[in-house]
Order: sequence, then structure tokens, then C-alpha cells
Amino acid sequence: MKEFNELAFKDGLRYSNDHEWVSEKGTTLKVGVSDYAQDQMGDIVYVELPEVGATFEKGDEFGTLESVKAVSELYLPISGEVVAVNEDLGDAPELINRDCYANWIIEIKPADMSELEDLLSVDAYRELLKG
Amino acid sequence: MKKTPGRSGLIFDEPLLWEKGKKGRHGMSIPASDVPAAALPEALQGAGPDFPDLSEIDVVRHYTRLSQWNYGVDSGMYPLGSCTMKYNPKINEKVAATPELAAAHPMLGDEYVQGNLQIMFELQEYLAAITGLPGVSLQPAAGAHGELTGMLVFAACHRARHSKRTKILIPDTAHGTNPASAALCGYKPVPIKSGANGILRVESVAEVMDEETAGIMITNPNTLGLFETNIRQIAEIVHAKGGLVYGDGANMNAVMGVISAARCGVDVMHLNLHKTFSTPHGGGGPGAGPLCVTGELEKYLPIPRAVKDGDTYRLDFDCPDSVGRVHAFHGNFGVLLRAYSYIRTMGAENLKKASQLAVLNAAYIKEKLKGTLQLAYNRPCMHECVFSDGLQQEDKITTLDMAKRLIDHGYHPPTIYFPLVVHGAIMIEPTETECKEDIDQFIETVKLVVQEAKDNPELLRQAPVMAKMRRLDETRAARNPCLCG
Repeated sequence: MKEFNELAFKDGLRYSNDHEWVSEKGTTLKVGVSDYAQDQMGDIVYVELPEVGATFEKGDEFGTLESVKAVSELYLPISGEVVAVNEDLGDAPELINRDCYANWIIEIKPADMSELEDLLSVDAYRELLKG
Repeated sequence: MKKTPGRSGLIFDEPLLWEKGKKGRHGMSIPASDVPAAALPEALQGAGPDFPDLSEIDVVRHYTRLSQWNYGVDSGMYPLGSCTMKYNPKINEKVAATPELAAAHPMLGDEYVQGNLQIMFELQEYLAAITGLPGVSLQPAAGAHGELTGMLVFAACHRARHSKRTKILIPDTAHGTNPASAALCGYKPVPIKSGANGILRVESVAEVMDEETAGIMITNPNTLGLFETNIRQIAEIVHAKGGLVYGDGANMNAVMGVISAARCGVDVMHLNLHKTFSTPHGGGGPGAGPLCVTGELEKYLPIPRAVKDGDTYRLDFDCPDSVGRVHAFHGNFGVLLRAYSYIRTMGAENLKKASQLAVLNAAYIKEKLKGTLQLAYNRPCMHECVFSDGLQQEDKITTLDMAKRLIDHGYHPPTIYFPLVVHGAIMIEPTETECKEDIDQFIETVKLVVQEAKDNPELLRQAPVMAKMRRLDETRAARNPCLCG
């Protein structure tokens, strides 16, 4: 597993305490998991995705990641409607391990853009992991 | 220290049966037919199944070799936490093989199988005495099946009370199958986080328990091997809102004969006969997960159940409120026989002692290893103790590496990466089976592995090196499973 100084972070994203990220700009937002999350999970072997059109409240479980070690729930950091899911993950769940920031999981139309404010900036997220 | 039990020996390779044999070879010879040949109807013609052509010795060697690769409780310590891999006394097998019991046809009338029915009736009575819950169904075929049946009983009870309930509370230290069992009955599982000490807090339950919640499913001791000390207060809160309390009895081996589930406020509980009551499991055969309920809920239990009228026994089908059948005939009858044999040969006092020794053994391991491995929760444990790889992080050694290295030293690894609430969990359940000398040897072996992690970490990353197969590519197996022979 990676040391803190080996972890990758990406600017221009908002992060949740559950290690999901949300893109910051646009009318629709992409959602994925952080480098810390994919590293902790280990090799991901299955991604369970929601239906396009499904709506979730902030904090709802919208899918699961399955690795050889465990199954982890994915929690939506902000409320919204799913407008797209990353179909590539169906055949190649390892894409998340390869580049967790390029390989988003779902795209949502947020119900309330101001909820983004409650999420962590990249610096605040770095601090969280530093503990 | 004494040498660890692991040694290398000559391991035979063995191909698949399809890769063995030769066209035309067979297991027995029969005389040439003197019956005139007749044409086969077209519908019956075809290529037929692809069976290999093998002699008897091909088949015997094949399965003998496969059996030599086995590791079981009969070959060594099997400290697989949460699974209660205790020794299964051979007298249970002898009893279960009694022809009068084993060969009885399941459709025989009650008058021809009085002995079998008596055993079922008495087993129901024993399990009622052990849990304090008087209504018992022997039908469920395993733990999760017992949970499902229990949830059907919950639903039947709430329906009869005209009370609409849509949710069920499930702590994060409950058994992993609980949410699925509840969801199959239409209840939405509401997770509850355990407190910082690994125990469920009364306030956490009070916050979420309402009149739309069917009840709570609680595993006690929980999957951290800790006793839920607030169980009575939690049960009171759930009952006050009209809910029911499900006790997952999978960890009963810690408290058999020590606590009464009924007095803890539990309304419905399943027992795993294949764990606590020493019947084979883990590839060793089917299980049994009898369901025990309060007197009030008894009428909802599956049919039929064994009852006693005067001096005779019969199966009672006359239960209009029953949730119906959940298993054909008498449940997994062979498993019931073994559990009955275990209870009768142990007696009440020794069942209690088995639990006490199971707890003592786990507590001993916890104390002896707590400086070697990081202890997840430093408080008295029950029948299992949970560590993590926290202390090995500086050596870049993980739980998986240590588990694999234990194989080289002759042990079945403990449960790893479960429970999920502990990062890199290592969950050890020795059961009452192991004597002090064997436990000491296991402890010394774990210490040796941890020392190897410091001195020669590559040895652990390569492990197992002594086993027939080296470390398997679990990722590839999960991503590209090959399910054909």
C-alpha cells in the first residue's frame, strides 16, 4: 500500500470524507473515487453501477466496488440524478486502479449546486488523509 | 520453540479426469450381450455426454490424491474466525450412519419412524432449553436460511398485528448475510455504526428505531468477538416501538449454557448446528440452521414440527398461521442426528464448559499476541479475537502475506479482511478443540512469521512456498473466471 507521499491528488475536484471525488465545474458533474480509496481496496474486480435516470440524496449508496479483499459501498457526495454511467468499467474494472481520476464512475445532474461547498478542497482532503 | 508443524513432502500432481484415461478403457467388464440389437428411437440418439474413459484405479487414485491435498480440522488447527471450525467427534458419524435412522424413507408414516420423530422432538426441546426460546423449527438448512425464516416470522407477526413495517436495523458488526435475508422479505436494511469500543450504543439504536421499523438483527457476540453488553436496553427500546429482536446465533459457541437469549430480550434466533453443535461444514456437507422463537411467535414457525402426544410422536401440520414449509421433509435430517448425538454425549455441563474453554482459548491468544499484532479493540474478547496488520505496515507486509506464510508453517490461515470495520483484519477463533500445547505452538508460529516479516519480508511476499500451489492470482480469477473443466 502507498505511503502518504506516494498518493496522487488532483486539483479542481471536491472530495468527500468517504474518499469519493466530484468534479467542480459544469452543469453535470462526474463522480469517482480517490487514489487513496483505490489503493486501500486493492485490485478492483467488479463495479456495480446504478441505472441512468436514478435519483439519489446526498449520502445515498449509489453502487459498490468489489475487490479481492472486500466489497465497498459508494456514497454520492451530493444529491442528483444519474445522467450517465461509465460503461467501460463493466468489462475493465481495473481502469479505476490504473487511473482513478480519469476513469469516472457516474455523471450526475446535481439537485443543488451549493452542496459542493460542503465538500473538501484538495488541500483539506490532503489534510484529512495526513490525519 | 518447538518446530512448526509445516514440512514439505512428496506432493503428487493430478490432472483433471478428462485429461486422464484412454478411449475404450472402463471400470468393469460385462459379458457380451446375447440380446438381438434393436434400433434406438431417433429422439434418444445423439453424441451423449463427454465422459472420460477410466479404469477403477484411475478414479480411486484421482480422488485419493485430491483428498491428500485437503486440510481440515482432522489434520490440524483451523482457526478460521467466525466459522467455529471445531472438531466433529466420530461418534456423531456412527450415530448418523445407524441404518434404522439413515435409511428411513422420508415418506414413511409416523407410526413407522417413532425413533426418528423422538430424536427430532427431543432436539427441539434441547435447543429450546439452550436458547430459552420454547418454539423450535428444525427445517432451515443453514444459517442464512434460518435468518430468512426468522424474517418471514417477523413479517407474519407484524401482518397479524396490522402494523406496516418497512425497515430493519442492522449494526455494522452483525453477520454479513443479515441485510440480504431482511431485504428478501422486503425490509430495507438501516445500518447502525458500532461505538468506538466495538459495542453497539443504546443511543444509536434509540435514534433510528421508529414505528416503521420491523426490529433489529443483532449478532451476539458480534463479529468482532465482543459481547453486546447493552443488549437488554436495546431490546427494550425496540420492543417499546413494537419491533422484534432477531439474535443471530452464529456465535453461540461463546455463550452456550451461559446466557439465555430469551432473557436478553431476543424474540427469534437461529442456531448453526454445523458450527456450535459440531456437525461437518466448509465443504464437509450440508448445514442446519434451526429457528428458535418465543411462545408468542411459535404459531408462525414452518410446518411440520415434531410433537409428542402421550407416549407417541407425530409430525404436526395443523398450524394455520405458519409461514409454510421452508425445506422438504424433515430438514437436513443427517445433520440433526449428528447435533443430537453431540448434545447427548456432551450433556448440559460439558456444553457450557465447551463455551467457557472456547472463550478462554481465544482470550489466551489475544493476550499472548497483543504486542506482536495490533489488537483491534483492547477489551475482553469472547470466542474469537481480532487483530490487524497495523504494526507490520512499516515492513510493508500485509495481512494477506502473513496468512499465506502461515500455510508454509502448517496452519490453515485465520479469517482475513473480515470484519470490514477493522482495516486489514486477522480474526482468530481457536475453538475449545485445541489444547494449550497446540495453541502455544500456534502463538509461537505467528510470532515467528512476524519476525520473518522484519528479517526477510520477501519470504512472506512469496509465500506460500511449501504448498502444492504458490500464491494464486485472485485478481485474474475474479476478473476472468474459468468455470469449465
